[in-house]
Amino acid sequence: MNMIVPESDPDGAGHLRSARPSPKPVVIAAAHGWRPRVASALQDFGESLRLWPLVWTLSLFDIRLRYRGSLLGPFWLTLSTAVMIGAIGFVYSRLFHQNVAGYLPFLAISLVLWNFINVITSEGATCFSTSADMIRSQRMAHTVHPARVVMRNLMVLAHNLAVIVVVFIIYPPHLTWSLLSELPALAVWVVDASAAALLLGLVGARYRDVPPIVGSVMQIAFYITPIMWSPAMLAHRGLGLSLALIDMNPFYGLLEIVRGPFLGQPLEIGAWINALSYSVVLVLLSFMLFVRARPRIPYWV
Amino acid sequence: MAKLLVENVSVAFPLYHGESRSLKKTVFAAASGRMGQDAKHRLTVEALRNVSFSLNTGDRLGFIGSNGAGKTTLLRTMAGIYEPVAGRMVIDGVVTALLDPGQGMNFELTGNENIRMRALFNGYTDAQIKDLQEDVAQFSELGDFLSLPVRTYSSGMIVRLGFALATAIHPQILLMDEWILAGDAAFLGKARERLETMVGSAEILVLSSHNPAILMQWCNRLIWMDSGRVHADGTPEEILAAYLPQDQFEQAKMAAAHAMTAA
Repeated sequence: MNMIVPESDPDGAGHLRSARPSPKPVVIAAAHGWRPRVASALQDFGESLRLWPLVWTLSLFDIRLRYRGSLLGPFWLTLSTAVMIGAIGFVYSRLFHQNVAGYLPFLAISLVLWNFINVITSEGATCFSTSADMIRSQRMAHTVHPARVVMRNLMVLAHNLAVIVVVFIIYPPHLTWSLLSELPALAVWVVDASAAALLLGLVGARYRDVPPIVGSVMQIAFYITPIMWSPAMLAHRGLGLSLALIDMNPFYGLLEIVRGPFLGQPLEIGAWINALSYSVVLVLLSFMLFVRARPRIPYWV
Repeated sequence: MAKLLVENVSVAFPLYHGESRSLKKTVFAAASGRMGQDAKHRLTVEALRNVSFSLNTGDRLGFIGSNGAGKTTLLRTMAGIYEPVAGRMVIDGVVTALLDPGQGMNFELTGNENIRMRALFNGYTDAQIKDLQEDVAQFSELGDFLSLPVRTYSSGMIVRLGFALATAIHPQILLMDEWILAGDAAFLGKARERLETMVGSAEILVLSSHNPAILMQWCNRLIWMDSGRVHADGTPEEILAAYLPQDQFEQAKMAAAHAMTAA
């Protein structure tokens, strides 16, 4: 069932049976200029914001379905993260000659955040192709699909936060005012995650080789990004050139702006500059591609 | 007043797989004459070519044509799913398209969850969702099954749920593919009545079917599609007389007349 509703009735009083009068006709035209394409793209964003209850429900059902019939349900997410962090934390704190009290909070935050980035890229790359049936059965805002991936994984992230809370209770951090910067950091993360899911989803719908490529790139990124280790831990080895590489790493700034304040560090301007500049590039790229590719999505999936 | 305007609409499906560029390309091109190339020399299938017509309140349009003539693609395009590569459409009115029986139902979710999902797709409020749930529950007679996952349903129950959902909303412009006309016999009497109410209340009906009797009974205008083009456009009588062999045309006329008097 597919509805083209030119304008939603604001009071929602329209009963199912009454054919609501539509004040403005919808024009669907093959657009070649930039202006109409940008307008349609913006309209798509607006529409999926309006459909947020749908995005919320789709994500909720996704999670519920994944764990339907299981005893712990979504708390398996929490439990498996806890087990992983516990195991890796105790082994690696030895390997890196760190004390557990310092290393475990660092590792818990890093891994939970990295899981989020990793899943956003892998599920984002298939966000349109896995919704092919939905896309072909009704006209709807295309940005709903990446939004669903982001929303679903924010829910997963919320479950994993429990692990971080427990770690912090065991090893209390000394928090400072820099903690306030978590709010803008969260906003940057949500915007970036949405842009990344949209961008990768578009490329992945057109080129089916992209999702596996994204998977292997992210695996490499996991090892070269300070997640299990921090530059400070390895400082005594004289990193030199590699330190520059870390500063250039697009994931490093993003991780640091959230991780730093939780570990009681002051605001890191360098990390913010890194995170914000990559974000601007990502958002622009993703928006431009969406403007260009939006009408083609149903043909690609 | 509902209005639907289709102006010089063309739709082409790109073929992206590498091998299609060489051997298949030449073979298909020779065989069907419907392959083309877009501006970047990518191979495409031209599903619709320069289709134009306009519909106003009261119009009941039928599409007829052989398989692959572009009927379903045209319905999907009118539903706004495929955006045309050339031409434009103006849609003035609330559109519902009943295109396939699955309707994007998720078989892992319960009946009620599926209804809720569909309502949210249409941007319904909570009150409207409740109305829809009651309406579907009453018509489908599924009772407690609605709180079980759809995969536990029998195939007949799935059809009942799908049909009840599909026909619960009365749009101004109704686009239908013929699957909706196929149902199991016990359910058919009730289903037919409901379908006819929905069709009757729609200001514009567009129906794609292979059943000439249905087309004659429900439509006041017919478009004969052939290889993505409008081959002929006229009253059902004219078009069917040209489209069907003589004996089948007579048969269809009798069947339609019979159905009219029965109703």
